[in-house]
Amino acid sequence: MNKKVYKWFWAWQADEEEAWLAEMARQGHALAGVGYAAYEFEPCAPGAYIVRLELLDALPCTARGRDYIEFVESTGAEYLGSVLRWAYFRKKAGEGGFDLFSDLDSRIRHLERIYWLLVALTVMLAANLCNVAAMLARFPQEMLLRAGAAVEILLLYLFLRGLRTIRRKRNALAAERALHE
Amino acid sequence: MGESTALTEAVYYILLSLQTPLHGYGIMQRVEQMSGGRVRLAAGTLYGALNSLCEKGWIVALPGEGSRGKKQYRLTAEGLRAAQAELRRLQELAANGERVLRGTEQEGQA
Repeated sequence: MNKKVYKWFWAWQADEEEAWLAEMARQGHALAGVGYAAYEFEPCAPGAYIVRLELLDALPCTARGRDYIEFVESTGAEYLGSVLRWAYFRKKAGEGGFDLFSDLDSRIRHLERIYWLLVALTVMLAANLCNVAAMLARFPQEMLLRAGAAVEILLLYLFLRGLRTIRRKRNALAAERALHE
Repeated sequence: MGESTALTEAVYYILLSLQTPLHGYGIMQRVEQMSGGRVRLAAGTLYGALNSLCEKGWIVALPGEGSRGKKQYRLTAEGLRAAQAELRRLQELAANGERVLRGTEQEGQA
């Protein structure tokens, strides 16, 4: 019987998400499919699979996205599905390690991809918050507007912290890159 | 960047692996084998490097149907020159390293 789990990870928590998926695999649940905040697991021998996720350069449904996914598949990995631009792959652990990136440069590029996506979302959120604030100035008693503003302020705070997390990870890798590949 | 800058290990080994045309997975296997299992190119890293190398004209994808994963790549004359230049650079590094570091290995272990 497949097991379904609902769990939410933010874009800056991709490492935690991978670690959680590795822990699930260690407990005998191999990721088999993904959805919005939803994960489907199938029974496997403990630790039988290594799962990786990546924010793709292009949406998986575009020619560029498909081309990349097919390339990864051609190297022996299994494509499990995607959520927006996040793609999930797995490979049998016995087949000698599985990583999507093998040098610092490509890891840094991946973090920058996540970073700029977050920047875009943060700008949109901030712009929307400005609109809500302007409307609140005209209708200060409107509860829905107040609630909306509160949620958006909270989200904005989270996004800014997320941006800082990604920037720190990126800078740590860049510092290492100054010494070696 | 000038042509005299160091190649990345991934790029250098991809160029070396293409003495005969190979597809992506073939490159991965050849590089791992050449380096005695030390260099294992991951799919994302390899994909990015292949795109950059094609843009630069150091390798070309052989005509054929399908996606990148099914395509074979061939080294161009320019790519060969780049690998040769890198070899000369590495020889210089190795020669200087040997000259300076020979006999110091015991110290390093202390």
